[in-house]
Amino acid sequence: MYQLRSVIKQYRKGRETVHALAGVDLTIADGDRLVIQGPTGGGKSTLLQMLGGLDRPTSGSVELDGIDLARLSEARLTKVRSQSIGFVFQSFNLIPTLSAQENVETALVPLGVKASERRERAAEALKSVGLGERLGHLPSEMSGGQQQRVAIARALVKQPKVLLADEPTGNLDESMRDEIMDVLESMWKEHGLTFIMVTHDSSIAKKAPRLATIRKGALTVTEKAA
Amino acid sequence: MVHSYRNVMFFTYLRRELRRRRKAALVVASGLALGIALVIVVSSVSAGMEQAQGKVLQSLYGLGTDMTVTKAAEPPEEGDAEGGRPRFQFDAKDGGSGEEQSTDRVMVQGFQTLSSSTVTKVGEQQGVAGAVGGLSLNVVKVNGQFTQGEIPPGQGGPGGSQGRVQGGGADFEVNSYTVYGTDVTNLAIGPLTSSTIGKGRTFRSSETDAKVAVVDESYAKEKDLALGDTVTISGTKFEIVGIATPDSGDAAANLYIPLEQAQTLSGSKDKVTTVYVQVTDSQRIDAVKSTIQQNISGTTVTTSADLADTVSGSLSTASSLAANVGKWLSIAVLVAAFLVAGLLTMSAVSRRVREFGTLKALGWKSGRVTRQVVGEAVVNGLAGGVLGIALGLAGAYAVTAVSPTLQAQIGATGGTAGPGGMGGPVRQSASQAIEVALTAPISLTTIGTAVGLAVAGGLIAGAFGGWRASRLRPADALRRVE
Ligand SMILES: Nc1ncnc2c1ncn2[C@@H]1O[C@H](COP(=O)(O)OP(=O)(O)O)[C@@H](O)[C@H]1O
Ligand SMILES: [Mg+2]
Repeated sequence: MYQLRSVIKQYRKGRETVHALAGVDLTIADGDRLVIQGPTGGGKSTLLQMLGGLDRPTSGSVELDGIDLARLSEARLTKVRSQSIGFVFQSFNLIPTLSAQENVETALVPLGVKASERRERAAEALKSVGLGERLGHLPSEMSGGQQQRVAIARALVKQPKVLLADEPTGNLDESMRDEIMDVLESMWKEHGLTFIMVTHDSSIAKKAPRLATIRKGALTVTEKAA
Repeated sequence: MVHSYRNVMFFTYLRRELRRRRKAALVVASGLALGIALVIVVSSVSAGMEQAQGKVLQSLYGLGTDMTVTKAAEPPEEGDAEGGRPRFQFDAKDGGSGEEQSTDRVMVQGFQTLSSSTVTKVGEQQGVAGAVGGLSLNVVKVNGQFTQGEIPPGQGGPGGSQGRVQGGGADFEVNSYTVYGTDVTNLAIGPLTSSTIGKGRTFRSSETDAKVAVVDESYAKEKDLALGDTVTISGTKFEIVGIATPDSGDAAANLYIPLEQAQTLSGSKDKVTTVYVQVTDSQRIDAVKSTIQQNISGTTVTTSADLADTVSGSLSTASSLAANVGKWLSIAVLVAAFLVAGLLTMSAVSRRVREFGTLKALGWKSGRVTRQVVGEAVVNGLAGGVLGIALGLAGAYAVTAVSPTLQAQIGATGGTAGPGGMGGPVRQSASQAIEVALTAPISLTTIGTAVGLAVAGGLIAGAFGGWRASRLRPADALRRVE
């Protein structure tokens, strides 16, 4: 469970100070699904970074199961990321020189998983996103949709508690968007994850039972009665 | 648990990077290669220079001579050299047209001698393994015709004084050659050791005062001398028993005769010009030098190192070029190569900000990412080393194949030493250039240095890149680059 209190994140841009997050309070229950939307520059990615332990807030606390990520040592924070958080990026962020399987394996490296088991689990994860036949392919040999599916497999192979996705369909064309959304949806249901996704897609936002909108660093949450 | 390296992500990732980003790796590697190749060529050429100098010195001193002892320089006194200076006496005989006259002047080279007892004294000094005396002589032979002038008949009219003297003058040639008086009882040290007896034999130890001679090959050719012929030096006939060929460079003398004969010919009984000294421990040459100078007054001791300082000519120009310009050039190129490799590695990391940020976001420790970057750089460095060693070897072999000829002039700059400053044959060579071929031998040390430099280059590049990588944050995974 996430518990965010008065999260402020400021960036220095030369002499200016950008208030990316201006006091965000938010609670997300385990297994919940939250869609975040808002205009560009509103602070969506910044919020996701706070949730994923990729960066620390200027002030406030980001508690994950009672542990404040804002105050964890770098080493412990790294460990939390490696064990509990899966990340899917807008631009896939695969290692271009590694095969699909090796890319998925990179998520298991910090967990000290044995090589043979690592390979097996990576192949399994790729199979579950429909890429069982493409283990040896390089990112450059795959379509954008396939690459994003590799990235999803990489995020989920370690069976994290949380899946964070920052505009996962932003770099994909129409036909592939639904495909990726379907994969994410089924993964969420299958693994019982806490799933937080940033999207620009208003059709997705409309369907979401719980929708957060962030504008100029300020967050509002709307809940739909199911 | 036994892991094959193939199973370790570090090596998998490293292999993939090097294979799939070959071009970037090659750029870093070839920069390092250039620097390393230059170091190899410069140091092997320098080694070649040293060998060449060694050959030059050896041809002058003979093998195994560590130093020479000669008479210390004395301020020239009026009439001091009276006995030795050449003086030719020819009679311009009346009507002596067509009569050939000849005279030999035998002079001690440098006009300075040491007593033979000095040889014994030097031999008794601590650290001296052996001492042999030798007498270097210069023989100037003048022969020719002298004709008195004549006034052609019929031209001297009465009262006239317009008669011209015609046809008067001299027609003669001057010939100079060098003779070295050898201690035939000890042929292990001295100038003759740097020659091989090609025909005939060398002196026998019993021939202390025999009228036998060994002739230098090129002098024999020039004068058309063969084994069994006789040469006449100032009226004394010597039988040629051997022809000597210098191992490298020029011979120390044109003719070699027993020491006593040389002493008799030059009227310098019990005198030598040079004592050739071999020391027991080549590490202690300087100590032995000062021992001799302290205990035996009036002597000058010249070591090979002293002599090397007086080497001039293209050899010394080239060797100082290699020592200075070559050294600094290779240092500069190396530093530049290291810097370029470092900056290229750093910029390669900058282009992979999102990649490394992503790995950190996935939970890779900063150290693991840095290690990956350093690993790549070290492999690049080693590739550069292999390339550089190949390039350097090719360059060194090319120098050896071409073997450019260098000239060495010995002692020409040592003028301040004055007479007696250098051993006899050495001074004699002052007027001669010795030619040696330059090679570029490669030692294991050079290769070792090259490998060390390659690793160092890789580590420096890795340090630059690793530093850059260590500063990346996981949030950089979201950075918009490209
Ligand atoms: N690393 C950074 N340095 C400075 N400013 C930043 C940085 N990251 C984000 N910002 C600024 O913070 C604000 C929020 O950015 P972001 O969270 O990326 O917005 P969104 O994802 O909603 O488009 C923007 O004004 C952006 O320019
Ligand atoms: Mg964003």
